[in-house]
Amino acid sequence: MEDYRRRQQGDVSNGPKPRKPVLELLWFFAIAACIKFLLIPSYRSTDFEVHRHWLALTHSLPLSQWYFDETSQWTLDYPPFFAYFERFLSIFANIVDPQIVDLQKGLDYSSNTVIYFQRITVIVSDLCLVYGIFRLTRSLDPIKRKLVWVLVVWSPALVIVDHLHFQYNGFLLGMLLISLSYLEEGRDLMGGFAFAVLLCFKHLFAVAAPVYFVYLLRHYCRGGFVRGFRRLTIMGSVVVAVFAAAYGPFIYHGQIQQVIRRMFPFGRGLCHAYWAPNFWVFYILLDKGLSILLRKLGFSVKIPTASFTSGLVGDSSPFSVLPQITPLITFVLVLLALSPCLIKAFKDPLPRMITRWVAYAYTCGFVFGWHVHEKASLHFVIPLAVVAVKSLEDARHFFLLSIVSCYSLFPLLFEAQEYPIKVLLLLLHSSLMWLGFSAQFNKGESVKQATSKTKRRHIQTKVSTTSTGEPFRIRFIEKAYLFGLLVVEIWAQFFHPFILGSKFPFVPLMLISIYCSLGVMYSWIWQLRWILRPPPN
Amino acid sequence: MEKVKESKVTKNKDDLDNHDDACWWSIHKGVKAIFLSISLFALLVRVAVSLHPYSGAGIPPKYGDYEAQRHWMEITINLPAKDWYQNSTTNDLSYWGLDYPPLTAYQSYIHGLFLKLFDPESVSLFTSRGYESYFGKLLMRWTVLSSDVLIFFPAVLYFVLAYSSNNSSFRKSDLAWQIAILLINPCLILIDHGHFQYNCISLGLTVGAIAAICTDKDLVGSFLFTLALNHKQMSAYFAPAFFSHLLGKCMRRRNPIAEVLKLGLVVLGTFAIIWLPYLHSVDAVLQVLSRLAPFERGLYEDYVANFWCTTSVLIKWKRFFSVKLLKFLSFTATLSTCLPSMIQQIRFPSKQGFLHGLLCSSFSFYLFSFQVHEKSVLLPLLPASMLALDEPSLFIHFLHYALLSMFPLIVRDKLVQAYLAIYALTFLIINASNKGQRKGRAFQSARVLFGFFLFCSLVLHVVYLVVRPPERYPFLFEAVIMLLCFSQFTFLAVFSNIKQWTLSKDVQPMDKQKLN
Repeated sequence: MEDYRRRQQGDVSNGPKPRKPVLELLWFFAIAACIKFLLIPSYRSTDFEVHRHWLALTHSLPLSQWYFDETSQWTLDYPPFFAYFERFLSIFANIVDPQIVDLQKGLDYSSNTVIYFQRITVIVSDLCLVYGIFRLTRSLDPIKRKLVWVLVVWSPALVIVDHLHFQYNGFLLGMLLISLSYLEEGRDLMGGFAFAVLLCFKHLFAVAAPVYFVYLLRHYCRGGFVRGFRRLTIMGSVVVAVFAAAYGPFIYHGQIQQVIRRMFPFGRGLCHAYWAPNFWVFYILLDKGLSILLRKLGFSVKIPTASFTSGLVGDSSPFSVLPQITPLITFVLVLLALSPCLIKAFKDPLPRMITRWVAYAYTCGFVFGWHVHEKASLHFVIPLAVVAVKSLEDARHFFLLSIVSCYSLFPLLFEAQEYPIKVLLLLLHSSLMWLGFSAQFNKGESVKQATSKTKRRHIQTKVSTTSTGEPFRIRFIEKAYLFGLLVVEIWAQFFHPFILGSKFPFVPLMLISIYCSLGVMYSWIWQLRWILRPPPN
Repeated sequence: MEKVKESKVTKNKDDLDNHDDACWWSIHKGVKAIFLSISLFALLVRVAVSLHPYSGAGIPPKYGDYEAQRHWMEITINLPAKDWYQNSTTNDLSYWGLDYPPLTAYQSYIHGLFLKLFDPESVSLFTSRGYESYFGKLLMRWTVLSSDVLIFFPAVLYFVLAYSSNNSSFRKSDLAWQIAILLINPCLILIDHGHFQYNCISLGLTVGAIAAICTDKDLVGSFLFTLALNHKQMSAYFAPAFFSHLLGKCMRRRNPIAEVLKLGLVVLGTFAIIWLPYLHSVDAVLQVLSRLAPFERGLYEDYVANFWCTTSVLIKWKRFFSVKLLKFLSFTATLSTCLPSMIQQIRFPSKQGFLHGLLCSSFSFYLFSFQVHEKSVLLPLLPASMLALDEPSLFIHFLHYALLSMFPLIVRDKLVQAYLAIYALTFLIINASNKGQRKGRAFQSARVLFGFFLFCSLVLHVVYLVVRPPERYPFLFEAVIMLLCFSQFTFLAVFSNIKQWTLSKDVQPMDKQKLN
């Protein structure tokens, strides 16, 4: 027996060589792809039909009619590069099943071919995310790198939004990560180029544009007036070239106004039917509270026609006491929230800080923005995953934030069939994070010690006693908050329907919004504090 | 840098685990924490597979195993226990009559109550036949998931803890690998959560029994195995191994007869409790027994890769031989092929040998017993997956052909997409660890040959899906798949028998001491 065992161990030492990082990353990707492939028959939102319609639209119509077509209510409202992307995919769609790209016959088409085709395009386009995360983590040490891969490539929020609900965020976020990786390497021109391309895919990413602008101005265009001006011209022409490639054809057809109108539908109101967990939740609550209070005191307060709780969203003011919020106000607020970060970037443009700054910018956009969708939390959670391995504080913050943001996506999947899936995704993610961060921060020291040969003999005793760094542990307040999350979920899912029946149907969603917005606000303040006063390294 | 680490790993096994391994995260926390995350993942895979169609979905009038299980729930919650196995006006045995032992009936009863609570229509007598709905499917799927979580998962944890306490030389990442292999068994997941059955219960009870016996709790072990036997009579595939190992162990004790009596009492007592509703008369017992042994269903079903079905290409067993003779032939063939492994265990009982014995006896049953089904391959696969750390190549080789042998069934159930994804997933997981890449000597020497067979199996998948068979031989590809699988299974059965006998030399002295 012993002999047998020894033989096996002997095999290890001259056994397989360590694999290349790319292969390892692809392993993570492949595992995720298998799960995503298994999940194909699950629920899909109307976004699926939206993207199918865009395939048909870009395939059947000439470019000049893309932004005018009204065959379906799902008109094209993404920037031109995304339309080109759909045009590219439609070539394959046409080969797979011509009915997918048929403008009329394809409406609400839901055969297996179209489902598998579109779902697989999302899975494959995630390779862009994989490349982005590979570039961004190249310089990290192997353990940290793997942890980041787990956080990003196996992100439950991405699975929920992209592969169940249906969207192409993975591939767009991949482009953002590519851009960030260039900036971190100091290759600003490429970084700016990638970001410009991203903006022409999805304009919602423009929230970080001020940060990019200030950072590139100060980091890329430095070194005296002449050199700076020359570089500014180079950067400017690159960006203009990208935008020209995207919008040029539409300018040529004289349709640029129509394109812009489609891309920015401001009539949609401050909040989505389900409130994204952000600052405005508190504003609405305050308004409600005040109106009830004033009515109690005898003032006559008129009840708004479009109420948030009824789920109707319109142009009229939904507030009864507090002033109306306009897009301009939200815009100014976002800029105001961004300003500390912009000042920091202006004073001292450090490449190692850019990921945090960009993530912060998206957080501000999420917290104060106009008509924010809960899916937008991906924009800062994914970049923050890269930062999470840097220090214990970061890890703790990320642990909380990613759970909250993933939980806030739960209402996207409201059918019974997907309930176990979303719960398991979140639990699996939390347990992997917990194991990974523990391995990272509790053992980090002992592994380092082991590398020095002199101490190797004492490892057995040392490992158990020495953990010089503080171990990864969740604080009491955080534990209490996460426990509260559980209570909210149990109430919303089980007790509310049983106790109150169909009364107050908006309460469960409202509870989730309010509770998650607490977490998001905490994250925003935490990030702001970190940016104002970065802890000494 | 990475190479330096690699060499160090082998020296400081447990604490500085292999960071280049995919199981790197498992280094810090204990086995239970690792088990928790792997089981969450395994559960996710199961839920994902359960989104896919079940057997006989939307195919009246008989539907498939899904309808059978639902029908049993309908029968058990609406009729008294004594009528469950009796043909009557309310219980038409020709429509999916209950043909599993009483424990399955009790399980159906409990699940039936669960369904009745949320969707009473789905289990109402008569009117629910062929009942299919979105919510009904979910509830049924959740009964399998919950059985899996409540029985199979704890059993695996028990086994891994027992196994790792026996062999302290295992590294944590190896254990993580072993847990993953046991929990993400593609065949079991596809049959239970895709096709729709409750194998996880009987197999889980068997795993629990094995774990108990590995920790020398023989009475608990025999109790659990009796439960498994009473859930699915197919668990009898393992009976020779349990019998011989326990007998061998008892004979080494101070008072062999008392030990055997104790075990016998536990087994009989368990049987008595489970069969209580039918013990009032001999007729009732015989009636249930006749339901459990469906000899009228024939020697084999479809194209199963066993001896009888494969040789029927040459000898038409079913046509030229009476059922009685065939029963006798298959019985003697099964028993005689089990015998070597049984003798080994009676003479030199050991834990390692026990696991091999389980594999050998279940292989004999699969290859030679009466009325074998494609799904029966799950039974030999279970001990093979428990041996995965010691015999990685045997397990990996077996898994390929076990999957292939089920492929025609999968295609019939419209589970091809799930099959492909889970096939890929399993081999990604197996190859994540260094264990998965290492091959045994026997397999190393004939690598080219095995590579060729593997290539054939992959080609066969494609051919089976794409090419239409010639009109004269509509089942040509099934037959080819069966031939290939049979040849591999026979080889593996012989290999595991030899392995078990060679084991006794090095294992023996150590285990002898432990037993006394």
